[in-house]
Amino acid sequence: MQNRRQAYLQGAKDALPSLIGLTPFGLIVGTASTAAGMDPWLALAMSIIVYAGASQLAAIGLMVQSAPILIVLATVLVVNLRFVMYSAALAPFFRELPIGRRWIMSYALTDHLFALVNTRFSRDGTHRHVDAYFIGGAVPTWLMWNVMVAIGIFAGTLVPKEWSLDFAIPLVFLALVFPALQTRAHWVTAATAATAAYFTTPLPMKLGLIAAALTGVVVGSWLDYRDEARARGKA
Amino acid sequence: MSIAADWIGVITVLGAGVVTLLARASFIVLPADTPVPHWLTRGLKFVGAAVLPALILPDVLFREIAPGEVINLYRVIATFVAALIAFRTRSIFATIGTGMLVLWVLKIWGPL
Repeated sequence: MQNRRQAYLQGAKDALPSLIGLTPFGLIVGTASTAAGMDPWLALAMSIIVYAGASQLAAIGLMVQSAPILIVLATVLVVNLRFVMYSAALAPFFRELPIGRRWIMSYALTDHLFALVNTRFSRDGTHRHVDAYFIGGAVPTWLMWNVMVAIGIFAGTLVPKEWSLDFAIPLVFLALVFPALQTRAHWVTAATAATAAYFTTPLPMKLGLIAAALTGVVVGSWLDYRDEARARGKA
Repeated sequence: MSIAADWIGVITVLGAGVVTLLARASFIVLPADTPVPHWLTRGLKFVGAAVLPALILPDVLFREIAPGEVINLYRVIATFVAALIAFRTRSIFATIGTGMLVLWVLKIWGPL
């Protein structure tokens, strides 16, 4: 990537395979909004403003049940906490960039773009044109996502309720969960969160997701801490 | 059951946007070399593994429950088959396709 033009093109090229994966996810978010009886323009605004599919689905599920605003926002935060991890990992690449550009790039940060930048650039070496590479990947990703959501929103009105298309939501999450289970501690975390979700679902104000997720994170952190202490003891 | 574009809907969407942007921007916009607390990195490693099952479970067990049933057995079966496919293929397409197909087959020909 000698010049900025090449960096833009390389970013776009590297992002292309993930656009295929975005298609069903975007369509589902769109149709789920319609299935929940969400105003189509509000659904489209949400997709553009929030721009984070899993949290959009979680928010729609709560909004349709008239959960308090603060609970919806807390749930969105919990679902999007992984971005804090990406942000910490990418910060060293972006630190020379103007602050305005850093805010814009933050808005466009997705799971896949994080993985691309993290793979393509080395932390200690030079990362010239990392912003051009990032924007080159971000623009097609953004367009593809919002077009697919828009198609889903307006096509959703054509799908009969008997098709139970809302069931596609947990199926999307199911496809995403296995790559997240890398160690035994992650599996225990997942099992704990699922068990906790069973018991916390009846909680008032739809607090269940937050309570279950935090229980899982605490158990996972504790296991990780214990494993680390043990490894240190042996060394 | 609907979500109108009234002030509650608009405030919720704007608030969700702000919360999400702050999560994404966090360390990117903080001054360089802001230390990342150790407990935070540790906890964040487990967020995905905890959040996704917590999102999946209530949607599978407690939606569209038939009268007299406690859980939605068809969805549980469909999820189990789809989980095998997800584990093997890691494909969103294959997972949604399998899960929906099994659910439709059960709804049309199932005994419940």
